[in-house]
Amino acid sequence: MSQAKKFMYINRHAPCGTAYAVEGLEVVLIGAAFEQDVCMAFIGDGVFQLKQDQDTADTGMKNFSPAYRALGDYEVNRLYVERESLQERGLTEEDLMPLTWEDEDDDWAEKSSIHVVERAQLSDLIEEQDIILNF
Amino acid sequence: MLHTVNKSPFESSSLKTCLSLAKRDSDVLLIEDGVYGALSGSAHTSWVAEVLGDVRVYALEPDLKARGLSKDKLIPGIEAVSYDGFVELACVNDKIQNWL
Repeated sequence: MSQAKKFMYINRHAPCGTAYAVEGLEVVLIGAAFEQDVCMAFIGDGVFQLKQDQDTADTGMKNFSPAYRALGDYEVNRLYVERESLQERGLTEEDLMPLTWEDEDDDWAEKSSIHVVERAQLSDLIEEQDIILNF
Repeated sequence: MLHTVNKSPFESSSLKTCLSLAKRDSDVLLIEDGVYGALSGSAHTSWVAEVLGDVRVYALEPDLKARGLSKDKLIPGIEAVSYDGFVELACVNDKIQNWL
C-alpha cells in the first residue's frame, strides 16, 4: 500500500440543528476503512457534538451520539477538542462523553480518545495534515 | 408577542437581534439550536441574563435533552417548557415572530 496520508476531519457544527455532524461522522467511519492516519478536531459549536447525555427520544429524532463510541474500534482515537471553544460555551472536559480506545501496543490498555488542546496547539496540528475536511 | 429563536448564539446573531428588539413583557422561546442561548457560564450568559427582568425567556425541554443539556445548566430565570408549554405560549400571545 502507498504511504498513509494524514487526514483531519474538522467538526464545527452543533449535533442536532443541521445534518453536518451526522454526515461528518458517517464519512469518518467510512473513511476509516481505508487505513489512513485519521484524527478529528472539534471547534466552535462542534464541541457540542461530544456533550454527554444527549437524549433525542422526545424530539422524534435519531440519537446518533452513541456512534462516536465506535470511533476507537476504527482506530480513530485522536479527537482534539479546542479548549477555548469549551470555555466560551461554559463546558469542561467533564461535560463530554467518555470516549476510549484499546492500545494493542500497551497490553490493550484503555485510553481516552479525547484530547483537549489549546487553540495554538490545534493550529499546529492542522498545519501538519495532508488532507483536511470540514463538516 | 411570542418570539422564537432556533439558532445557536455562537453561530448566528438571531438571539441578539431578537432580544434587542423584543418589547418589555414579551415571551421569548428558545428552540432547536436556540437552546444553547440558555446555557449558564457561556460567553453569552451575561447579556442574556441582563434582559431577563424585561422579557420572559423559555427553553424547549425536549431540545435541551436532545443536546445533553440538563436544567441545572440553564441561566437562573430561564424556564424549561414542554411541547404543551410551547402550545400554551402560542395561544396566550396574540402574535408570533420566528427569528429564523
